[in-house]
Formats: sequence, C-alpha cells, structure tokens
Amino acid sequence: MPKTLANRDKLDIMSVLSSVSVPLGKTVRALSRLRGGGSAFPGLVVERIDPGFMARALRNLPHGVIVVSGTNGKTTTTKMVVELLEGQGLNVFTNRTGSNFTRGVAAALLGDVDWRGRLKADVAVLELDEAHAVHFVNLVPPTHCLLLNVLRDQLDRFGEIDKTTRLLEQIAVKTTGTVVLNREDPRVASIASSVRSASVAYFGLDESLRSTFPSDDDLRGATGTAPASSLPADVVLESVNSNTATFSMDGETSTIELSLRGVYNIFNAAAALAMARIILGGNAKRAEMLSSLAAVEPAFGRGESLVVDGQPLELVLVKNPSGFRLGLKSFDAAGYATMIAINDNYADGRDMSWLWDVDFDSLRNDGVDMVSGVRAYDMALRLQYDDVAARDIDPDTGSALRTFISRAKGQPKRIFCTYTAMLAIRRDLSKITDVKVVS
Amino acid sequence: MTSGAQESTPVHSNSAHKGTLRILQLYPRDMNIYGDWGNVLVLKQRLAWHGYDAEILEHNAGDTFPDDVDILIGGGGQDSGQVVIQQDLQSNAAHLRALAEDGTPMLAICGLYQLFGNFFKTHDGTVIPGISILDIETHGGSERLIGNVVARSEEFGDIHGYENHSGQTYLGPGVRPLATVTKGEGNNSSEDHEGARHLNIVASYLHGSLLPKNPAIADFLIREAATRKFGSFEPGDVDDSLAELARRHAATRPR
Ligand SMILES: [Zn+2]
Repeated sequence: MPKTLANRDKLDIMSVLSSVSVPLGKTVRALSRLRGGGSAFPGLVVERIDPGFMARALRNLPHGVIVVSGTNGKTTTTKMVVELLEGQGLNVFTNRTGSNFTRGVAAALLGDVDWRGRLKADVAVLELDEAHAVHFVNLVPPTHCLLLNVLRDQLDRFGEIDKTTRLLEQIAVKTTGTVVLNREDPRVASIASSVRSASVAYFGLDESLRSTFPSDDDLRGATGTAPASSLPADVVLESVNSNTATFSMDGETSTIELSLRGVYNIFNAAAALAMARIILGGNAKRAEMLSSLAAVEPAFGRGESLVVDGQPLELVLVKNPSGFRLGLKSFDAAGYATMIAINDNYADGRDMSWLWDVDFDSLRNDGVDMVSGVRAYDMALRLQYDDVAARDIDPDTGSALRTFISRAKGQPKRIFCTYTAMLAIRRDLSKITDVKVVS
Repeated sequence: MTSGAQESTPVHSNSAHKGTLRILQLYPRDMNIYGDWGNVLVLKQRLAWHGYDAEILEHNAGDTFPDDVDILIGGGGQDSGQVVIQQDLQSNAAHLRALAEDGTPMLAICGLYQLFGNFFKTHDGTVIPGISILDIETHGGSERLIGNVVARSEEFGDIHGYENHSGQTYLGPGVRPLATVTKGEGNNSSEDHEGARHLNIVASYLHGSLLPKNPAIADFLIREAATRKFGSFEPGDVDDSLAELARRHAATRPR
C-alpha cells in the first residue's frame, strides 16, 4: 500500500480517536469536577486512550508552545508570561491549576478544546515540573522554553542536581525556536552548548545584584560569588529596592513598582519579560508590558499577603535552601512576628539536610515566635545552632497558627512554610479570613 | 500542645576559653552537598558551648594542606565533584593516612566516606582509587538507597539520619561498622550495618545533617581532639533537649 494512503488512514483514525477521546475526557472532567475531585484524573484518562491528543491540540498555535521549567519560581513566572502576553492582546492557554505534570496539561486542555479537540488560542504557556517535562516534550516539542534555575530541591526525587540539569537540557534540546536561559545560574547557562536546533537568549542580573543570588555552589558565601557573566542578556535586572525594580532592555532602563514581592520573584520578572519579548517580537509595546508586569499578583503561596485582625499576614513558600535564603533576604524581619512551619511529606522532600544550608542570622534580633510542622524540632534545633530564639514550638500547624495569631495581635505577621504546611495553614486561615481558593 | 523546651538558645557568653581547636573542612567547594555545612556548624557551636574556641579552615583542590589540624571533616558530593578532587586527594593521601594513624578525629560523610576507602568501582566498571584510610570498598549500584535511617550503635546510641547514595559499601576486616540499621539500608542493601568506625574516624552515609541530631558523635570528635591537644577535655553544660525532641520525632517518620 502506498505511504500516502497509509497516512490518510492514520489521519482518519486520529479524527475518529478525537471524536471519542475528547468527549469522553470532557465527560470525565465534568464528572470529577462535580465530585470536587482532583484536576488531573481526566487528563490521565485521555492520555491513556489517546496519547496523540495533546500534540494535535497544541500544534499550529500561531505563537507556539512555551514551556517554563526550573526548580524555583515556575508558577509565578508562568503567570507573569501569561499576563504579559494577554496584556498585548494574545489569547493564551495555560495550565492555571498548578498541575504541572503532563496529565495536568492534558486535563487543562480538555477544558479548553472544542469537541473535536481543537484549541482556540494564540499561544500556550505551560509550567512543567522538571521531572515530567521530559515526558511532555517527547510528546509535544515546544517552540520556546524558559529555564529558570537548578537548585537543590527534592534531592530524594532526583538524586543529584546534575541530573536535574540534564532533565532541563532535554527540554532545550527538543525546543525548535528559542531557548531562554538564566545566565547567572552556571548549570542552566551550560545548557546552551547542547542546543542544536534552536537559538539561545539570556536574562540576567547586574553585577551589583549577583551576591544577592548565591548559586548552590557558593550558598554559604564563603567561597565568593560566581564570576561575572559575559553572556549577552536580552533583559537585565539592574536594581531592586523593596518592590521597585529597574530593568534594562535594548540599552534602555525602565523602573517600575511591582505588586510582587521578594527579590527572586522580581528576577523571574526579568525572565518573563525576556520570554514575552521574544514571542511578541517587534510588536512588543514596552510601556504596556511594564504595566502588565506591575499588576501581576503573586501566585498561590509565593509571597501572597492576607489580612488577619486588620494586620497583614504574609505566606512565604520555602522548599529549598536558596529559596529560603532569598525569602529571608527579601522580607525584612523587623517589626514582624515570624512563624516557620516545616513538613517532610513527600511533596516537601523528606530529607531535612537543606535546613542546614540556610543562614538564619537575619532572625536573630527578633527571634522566631512559633516553630511548627512535622519537623518543628529539626527546625528549632537549626535555630538553636544559629543562636536564634524560638519562643514557642508546636508541631501541630492548626494549634500553632491559633497561638501565633493570638499572641501577635496588632503586629504584621509572616509565615515561612513548606508546601504541605502551606496547604494546611491556608485551609485554617480560610476559616478566619479571605483566602483565594486554588482548584 | 506546646513543649517545655522553648527557651532554646543556651546562653554561653563569657566562655572559659579553654583553648582553640582547628577544624579543617575538606573540599567544601566540591564536596558539600546535602547540608554538610551543618556538621561544621555543630562542631563550631558545641566547641563554644563547651568553652573552647574554634577556628574553621578549608582545604579545596589545589590548596596547600594546612598544619596543626585538630579535626577533619568531609562531606558528600556529586560524581562531578569527586572527579575534581581526585588528584588532590591522592597527592595528600599519605599525609591524611598519617593524621588518621596518629589519632586525629575525622568525620567522613557519604562521598568522602567512599573515597576514604580502598576504591570505588562505578557501575560501568571504572575503578576510582581511594586513599585506604578505611578498609572498605564501594561498588556503584543501579538503585539509589534513599530515605530516613535509624541505626543502633553501642558507642553513640541510636543514630538518626537520611541516606541518599547509589554506592554499595562493603567493610573489610580492618574496620568495624558504625552501627546496625533498624530502619533503612545503610552501607549496602544486603547487610544491615551502616558506616564505619576505625581509630578516631567516624564514617557514615548519613546526612540530616548527621551531627545536629547526633550530638554524641559531635562530642566524641571534640573530646578526642581536646584530649590530644590539651591532655584532657572539660565539657561545658550544653542543653541538648531540642536535639532529643528532634530525634524522637525523626524516629516516627516514614522511611
Ligand atoms: Zn551523599
């Protein structure tokens, strides 16, 4: 049989498959929504019965498919890229629910495609977990990728950070258009040499800021900072003062005030700007982009601010030494009541070693009001060795939160917490204040 | 529920200054993954709490090896780190063996534990020579041994930590195990022991970091070092109630 005929048969089978799998997937999705169940299950169903579904839905988007990955800041960066592109009038598909696995993308797609499996969007911006991104890019080669950093995170899952680098490298290798890299992270920058079919662009930091962003190789600061990078960057973060940031692009600097807080979020804003400018090309309108960026609110748990008893309560997600260190650096402890909640569930990582790579000196003056979580005593022990007073310890996050809030009445509060501790704390906080519901 | 151990920061001002001990951190640049700094910090702080001063030194590949070292401490690394330090380690092997034979307290964790042995044979058959301070050999395995560990030692009591290694380590007759595993895998997946003890060397796969939750090991290293240098060790009053609570909670965690 001639090849063309075989291909046509294949296409017919595809459309038949779509006509079955999409309605079925959508039905499963609707049913699991009704049950209030998990968002990824329908994705699993459609992935099983129709593995080509995603590739078909995502191909031929006019501005392509962008994959955002890295250890820290994926969720907020993805949100920024989406809002930057939407601000320029593009219709963006994204996996908003924070389900950053392949089947999470499939599930999100099921919600947005028509009954024939076609997606009405100009571009897809997808946050992918580094371990699962490889599976995804093998199914759907991205046109662009934005790789943020490789930090010690969940080593019990990946074994070694060099291995994480190789995972990100595979995303870059599969990318067909442009690979955007963090030039300040030596592991991420090194990926450039493996890129064959795409072009490479960078985002970066001004030299004056480099010491603020230690890589894992000089986490303790004892061995000095990384050598100044000579790679050309499309967007450079020049300076940060609280939440006012100056970026330079094309040799021109712009200063804006961001709703986002935290130095690391603001550096990722440079990443998002670089990515969005590449997608938009000559159509990028600088002033509009900066005002879109200024308006971006932090994603769930990434420095979000709630109000309790008329005082701000900030939740800061910490999940690896660099993130914790930057969190401590970004948010001044003075005047704040501080709580730290450390869990060691699977999603947090079971190994507590990382706490020993964070310096807690900045908390020494005011001390810590409450230490909580499954590993509260590991955390309190860590503070003891940095001569930081822990005024109260209670492994139960529920009762710890109540004690913390009642003792720190009239004071702004800040809680540093690991992922599952944050879920528990948000659940408890939603009973006493407005907390955005994350589906 | 609120614990009684809230006033967690012991006050140790006006320490008696019973003398200074020099702690040498081996290859912190290339071999300090998974919280190895915690072990150095614990030695430094406990020395202060016991009334001694600590001087922290570093030796990285290519540096001149310092004199008058009282405690040596080395940690884990990625495979790439082990390659970087290989030549430097071999060129200092004789000196390190002499220090060990002389009774210098040493703590070798994970990657450096392996390199303190006779050799590391990787999965593809490459043999990386060690420095033979410890009579052990390590064979690269296909699975990674990962998770919480509890191991019982007559010398130090229960040892709590976290393992993450693919090397399978076997002890020769020249060393004894550090402890017997009651949860986890330890040195290899076929035997039930963890780590190695020899002379004043404590070697282990355990991160956690090891010393914070196992102050008995930290104080062993300090006691031996002080006794060698000053003839005796006069302990101070150290509050280990938080370490005790952290140990108790760690013991209840899943693998
Ligand atoms: Zn290790």
